[in-house]
Amino acid sequence: MRSALPRRLRFGLALLAAGFVAAVAGPVFLPDPNAILDPRGAGLLPPLARVFVVQLADGTLLAGEAVHRSGDKLMLWRAGTWQELRLAEVQGVTRRLFVAGTDGLGRDVAARLVAAGRISLAIGFLALALAVLLGTVVGLLAGLGPGPLDRALMAVVDAALAIPLLFVLLAVSAFLGQQTTTVVLLLGFSSWMGVARLVRGLTLQVRQQPWFLAAKGLGLPPWRLAVVHVLPHLATPLLQDATLRLGDLILLEASLSFLGFGVPPPVPSWGSMAAEGFEVWRLAWWLPILPGMAVALVVLAFALVAEGLGELARGEA
Amino acid sequence: MTGRLVRRLLASLLVVWAVATATFFLVSLAPGDLATKLTDPRIAPAARERLRQHYGLDRPLAKRYLAWLSGVVLGDFGDSFLYRRPVREVLAQALPNTLLLATVGLCLELILGVVLGLVQVRRPHGFWDRALSAFSLTAYALPTFLVAAGLIWLFAYRWPLFPPSHMTGLLAPADPWTTIKDRLWHLALPAITVGLTGCGAVARYLRGALLDEQAQTYILGALARGASRSRVVLVHALPNAALPLITLLGLSLPFLVSGALVIEVLFSWPGMGQVFYSAVTARDIPLIQAVTILVTAAVVVGNWLADVAYALADPRIRR
Repeated sequence: MRSALPRRLRFGLALLAAGFVAAVAGPVFLPDPNAILDPRGAGLLPPLARVFVVQLADGTLLAGEAVHRSGDKLMLWRAGTWQELRLAEVQGVTRRLFVAGTDGLGRDVAARLVAAGRISLAIGFLALALAVLLGTVVGLLAGLGPGPLDRALMAVVDAALAIPLLFVLLAVSAFLGQQTTTVVLLLGFSSWMGVARLVRGLTLQVRQQPWFLAAKGLGLPPWRLAVVHVLPHLATPLLQDATLRLGDLILLEASLSFLGFGVPPPVPSWGSMAAEGFEVWRLAWWLPILPGMAVALVVLAFALVAEGLGELARGEA
Repeated sequence: MTGRLVRRLLASLLVVWAVATATFFLVSLAPGDLATKLTDPRIAPAARERLRQHYGLDRPLAKRYLAWLSGVVLGDFGDSFLYRRPVREVLAQALPNTLLLATVGLCLELILGVVLGLVQVRRPHGFWDRALSAFSLTAYALPTFLVAAGLIWLFAYRWPLFPPSHMTGLLAPADPWTTIKDRLWHLALPAITVGLTGCGAVARYLRGALLDEQAQTYILGALARGASRSRVVLVHALPNAALPLITLLGLSLPFLVSGALVIEVLFSWPGMGQVFYSAVTARDIPLIQAVTILVTAAVVVGNWLADVAYALADPRIRR
């Protein structure tokens, strides 16, 4: 059976669905992303590594690559030596798999990637919502309002477009302090101009349509014209634009936190994970590469969905 | 037309002024000035006060703003806290380096993008079109730091062809020829990073525009007169399709400058991005303000130049 959806759209949606499942279900299966498990025994483990985790009576966790019993002792191969543990002290031995390895502190990279993804996506979506809301309101006002208002608003949009984003973002976040809210606000305010331009252009097209003139002739109030007679016609292009924009926002957020000006430190973020990883990349290639790949996959997924939506709208499917 | 360009230029100056004012007040009104940032308890209150006076932080805000603004107009941005030199000197050193990287990177981006787009429209939906579509989409989706790191790993460590960082070699070069070679050798990886991360957008745009142009009747007319396919694409379709690239380039200027920020930091390229990064980390207020203003000015002027170039290239707008 052939699906009616373009291949890119299907591929992109599948990628997004996989990411979504990981983001929602991941925390159920994965350990606490900030939990430190025995850095000496389980630090910098490569992806797919398995270790034995020994829990002692006092709650300490020790990790090692091999265990065996000799008499009343439990021998644990940990950090290059056999370590003797009294059996009476040992509460349990489990075997753990690290799908994406561990970082220098022995934290589970897979769990951190998922936690960071939730943060990145949440920031992206919130910033996008802000940008789309602001851009749509400004675009509608400019497209439907009187000429002087249109020119004034478009001058503001042009001015805002001329401001070099990352520089202002950095300058501002350096002085407002690192807060997740600040990052969302900054990203949102840096991205609404494109939406405003798109909405204005489409609104000007709608204004030419006979049915719009008819609705206007009926004497409907401007807000009703905007919400009922213009907005529904913008849905498809706006959705396509928003999808692409979301990818851009996630890329920007990654750059921001890569430079150390994103969400504050204890919260993992793909950008900051990559930045930390680059300091030890010779010891552990997976630490910088995996977060970078995660960003790339998510951005690719959104771009594919946006392109697929465009194909669908043009009827090329 | 001239009137419109003059008006745009005036509006651009207004933008620069607005950004300058915004950065000044944002920085001035943020809690804690330089003197309170010196947390060392051994600094006597009197010394703190002296520092305040030295940097003029004890005067009222309005006075400071006017003094600062008149200085900026005359090109005096004050002294950098971090480098302990006039901001102007610091920037005069960094700016040419960024311009070099940005210009070469942008040229690479354009050449790569145009070549990719041209190859793709040779046979739309054919093998190369699909393969290069996938390539340009991936190039767009990869974060800059990953591309940079990949290039460093491949071409500086795995096969050490190029230096991984910095702009000059350790030894002072003997003659100008060696200097140029050394500079280009160091430029390779950062410039390729700029080109790779940016070429996707150009290629994707150009592919769509070329396909649109090829559906036009003048193409059919040219083919009917016996022009070869490559002549039709290169001589008839490309100039028309490439026209909006001027605007795209003008608009990509801020992204180029900010993208160069990550690239400069990763490659230790001593340009504006690098200076800005260290200024932000050290909260070097005069330097942060100066770079923000300068970059805004560069971007605004770049957009304006793109407008002028567009008007010159498109006879329909020239008038």
